[in-house]
Amino acid sequence: MRIAIINYNMGNLRSVENALKRLSVDAYITSAPDKIMGADAVILPGVGAFADGMYNILSLGLADAIRQASASKPFLGICLGLQLLFEYSMESGKTEGLKIFKGSVEKIPAGVKVPHVGWNSIKITKTGPLFKGIEDGEHFYFVHSYHAVCRDISIVASITHYGVDIVSSIQKGNIFAFQFHPEKSSGSGLKILSNFCDLVMKGKK
Amino acid sequence: MITKRIIPCLDINKGRVVKGIGFVNLKDAGDPVELAAFYDREGADEIVFLDISASHEGRGTVIELASRTAEKVFIPYTIGGGIGSIEDIREILRQGADKISINTSAVKDPQLISRAAKVFGSQCVVIAIDAKKREDWSWEVYIHGGRTPTGLDAVQWAQEAENLGAGEILLTSMDKDGTKDGYDIALTAEISKKVNIPVIASGGAGKLEHLKDAIVEGHADAVLVASIFHYGKYSIKEAKQYLRSQGVDVRI
Repeated sequence: MRIAIINYNMGNLRSVENALKRLSVDAYITSAPDKIMGADAVILPGVGAFADGMYNILSLGLADAIRQASASKPFLGICLGLQLLFEYSMESGKTEGLKIFKGSVEKIPAGVKVPHVGWNSIKITKTGPLFKGIEDGEHFYFVHSYHAVCRDISIVASITHYGVDIVSSIQKGNIFAFQFHPEKSSGSGLKILSNFCDLVMKGKK
Repeated sequence: MITKRIIPCLDINKGRVVKGIGFVNLKDAGDPVELAAFYDREGADEIVFLDISASHEGRGTVIELASRTAEKVFIPYTIGGGIGSIEDIREILRQGADKISINTSAVKDPQLISRAAKVFGSQCVVIAIDAKKREDWSWEVYIHGGRTPTGLDAVQWAQEAENLGAGEILLTSMDKDGTKDGYDIALTAEISKKVNIPVIASGGAGKLEHLKDAIVEGHADAVLVASIFHYGKYSIKEAKQYLRSQGVDVRI
């Protein structure tokens, strides 16, 4: 089993790679579309600004590979990697995203401190293979100023309260995405990543 | 609900933990990575490494520390001390650190904050402020590890740092640091009230009640703790259970 971690120059790659290494999973960091398509599963991580991320994806010629991977194999988006799956973001002007999901990315409304930094609990709204062994109300590490507003609520797998209800997990078919950082969420986060790897293994058998 | 964070702080000199450590179960309690991994297992919410190496050769060990930590620690960690340029920041983050904290260099060149926030995002830019009480009940910012007064007002500096793009304030009371007699609640509350980014209270923790006071009365979003954990007086679990019993929401 080999997992591709997409490198689009947006940071946080090493943390994801290290977490997978800890789980003894074979992962590689790549910016090559054929290496992404050749993997058993794909992770789109990311820390940084939406517009920079999208610009890098387009200039590296990765948009089609990401869309195809998300349509054909286990796919995991983390933080910015979740937000980029939507139609557009309002972060520093309107920027178009990958449009895999319907909806937008909006600033966390005033009334709470922004960025939303720290450990917050999730309310699971749709159980799935990645939540195996994860209790409702478990805490994960968040750090973000924008959040996804889904037009199709059937894809929402968990919500987290921070001033408003924030979509913290998404699942649609083989696509999983988290607003929090499983790779920085200690044992609970590693459990989610390990569940993802189990799912990939099962798919291979 | 968002929980309040407990953050152990490790002082590092030439790649080694400086303050004495009371744990017996670690292979090498002077190794910052071993100790950070231990705190991860114990339930710490983040780790802060503060490099106090004076020499350049000591500084080189910081990059290695960032990299080794990334392999063994799966909670966020911040590296601070002696960081002066965008290149320094880039290298530390590239190794896997989540945030950097800057102090002296931000005061000397406030635009470093905005440049760092623009390149790497506000979320990884922590501004460390060392503040000392003035006779008129305001607080003055000190730099160079507390040796040099700047004339800057701590509250105004915190607000300016926020405007420039800082993502968090790590606020140390020089009057309270090392006293074990509680955080500076007035300072913490004043700055928490005046900025809309998280404030980490630091300096003065001696017992668990102090953590609660900083959070409840000082409105801190997180508390930085060193000696009371390092010497094994309390465990992180005990601290969190106590806080929860006092109505503070924490991750256990």
